[in-house]
Amino acid sequence: MSVEAGIRGYTQVNEDINKEFLSKNKVSVTGVNGQRYLGCALGKGKTLEIEGTAGNDLAFCLSGGRIVLHGHGQDAVGNTMGGGEIVIHGHAGDALGYGMRNGRIFVRDNVCCRGGIHMKEFRDMKPVLVIGSCAGSFLGEYMAGGTIVLLGLNLRHGEKLFGTHCASGMHGGKMFVRGSFPKENLSPNIKITNLTQQDRKELEEYVRKYCRYFEADYDEIMKKPFRKLVPETSRPYANLYTAD
Amino acid sequence: MLKEGQIRIPSGCAIAAIIDRKGGMINGSEIIKSIALMHDRSNGLGGGFAAYGIYPEHKDEYAFHIFYENAQAHQACEEFLFKHFNIDVAERIPTRTVDSISNGPDIWRYFGRVNRVRMKNSRLDESEYVVQCVTRVNSSFDGAYIFSSGKNMGCFKAVGYPEDVGEFYMLDKYDAYLWTAHGRFPTNTPGWWGGAHPFNILDWSIVHNGEISSYDTNRRYIEQFGYKCTMQTDTEVITYLFDHLIRHHGLPANVAADVLTAPEWDEIDRMDAESREYFTNLRAIYSGALVNGPFSVILGSNKGLLAINDRLKLRSLTAAVKGDRAYFASEESAIRIICPEPEKVWSVSGAEPVFVPLEIDEREDD
Repeated sequence: MSVEAGIRGYTQVNEDINKEFLSKNKVSVTGVNGQRYLGCALGKGKTLEIEGTAGNDLAFCLSGGRIVLHGHGQDAVGNTMGGGEIVIHGHAGDALGYGMRNGRIFVRDNVCCRGGIHMKEFRDMKPVLVIGSCAGSFLGEYMAGGTIVLLGLNLRHGEKLFGTHCASGMHGGKMFVRGSFPKENLSPNIKITNLTQQDRKELEEYVRKYCRYFEADYDEIMKKPFRKLVPETSRPYANLYTAD
Repeated sequence: MLKEGQIRIPSGCAIAAIIDRKGGMINGSEIIKSIALMHDRSNGLGGGFAAYGIYPEHKDEYAFHIFYENAQAHQACEEFLFKHFNIDVAERIPTRTVDSISNGPDIWRYFGRVNRVRMKNSRLDESEYVVQCVTRVNSSFDGAYIFSSGKNMGCFKAVGYPEDVGEFYMLDKYDAYLWTAHGRFPTNTPGWWGGAHPFNILDWSIVHNGEISSYDTNRRYIEQFGYKCTMQTDTEVITYLFDHLIRHHGLPANVAADVLTAPEWDEIDRMDAESREYFTNLRAIYSGALVNGPFSVILGSNKGLLAINDRLKLRSLTAAVKGDRAYFASEESAIRIICPEPEKVWSVSGAEPVFVPLEIDEREDD
């Protein structure tokens, strides 16, 4: 049995979901209309399937659980998540993976502004964000760790891989971008390099997963060259107000 | 009772809008449904709507909506209105009893034309005459606030959640080709009836999510031209900026939008020669009208609808189209609840104002 969200408040809907999780490991919620905090802090071994438009802070602080969204996400999906996986069969709003610390997010289509803002990593905790289409402005703003993969699939005419101020303040982590990208939108602190053998292995794993989740053609995707974007220095603003 | 700060209120204002480009009518219940879905973004201290095309039987007359806080204000303001305008209709705006809305002012509506003799003596054109009359009431008549002064349009606002405000003003009885709506979460300024959105002058109305860090610069700039900021909140200044740029300077709406959200200098430096000159000129001529701070804004008018975001994109705003209709809302779910299968959905970016022109001319059928 699934939980029907309708236009009920988010507190009620989340209570119903949590009740279901007391006796099950897999719960689905249908008819979602912007209810917030779905799958909040969901633990390891649990799966939440969502149908509809998930509200802000979807999978906030996700702690090892799995979220599958059939529909679109709004703002701050995976906010501060510390582990687990989010699969979105659609697009996502602003600040996807905000301060994400671990786990993976796969988005079939595009994301709006500030995807991966202040993602970070620590020892073996390395968050990954895979975006199927393009990203809005400020992708990877203040990024401190982890990996963003940007595939650029199905771009409309004139659409760019990422918006302005990409990687502004980025001081850690890396991005893999596929095909041509707007260099003028990249922040000055960013170095463009080729992928190492190790990078390539990592990327292949993420793309394979993306293809499995969204039935995309792996070979077709890998045909186009990828480039790697990394920060030139870990302190991009060290001399913002002072001279050397 | 716990106060804000002791408990967390997860809110941040909500805006929504619908326009039918061909002038088709949309019932008020639709926009209420959209803004109601974002209930959690407001805190009950302000809600409001603007509706265009609602007074076809009075389409050539100004429709004044006025709050009166006491009988003296009522009397003094009416005296002023009857002297400066030829008023045909004076009535209370019909309202329903709604439990959550109380302690409101007396709310009146007037339809009328300008008093042409007085207007000619004042040597002002008609729009300027109306604006000055409205400014005069709002700045010097204690307890009287003209919160709507356009033709064939009207603002409806109150202290309450937006869906309750819609119920209170019986907006399900109105049909409009353009609706905007606002749910308020006041942060820096008081939640009072006049401070609810939309803010209006003539046919312009503004709903706004965010705050304007450049408020005092903008206020000083706009007050040079006779406007007075009287509503104790930052948003009204945007209404006057648009009125000034479009009506006094004759700028098209999209150029006015570029003035308010002009790009940063380093972006301008990278542009091609033509765009560089255009933006350099706008920033040089209208530096006092550049609006800074986090905001998403929707401007309603009888010419169409304009949606803008601040240039750093610090507030969310989603747009969608289906057939002749365009939809805007702070959250995508608030669009999908009234338009489940839009043809196109996108996030309004900081750099690109979205203008949806009305494709009928109101004055054509005069």
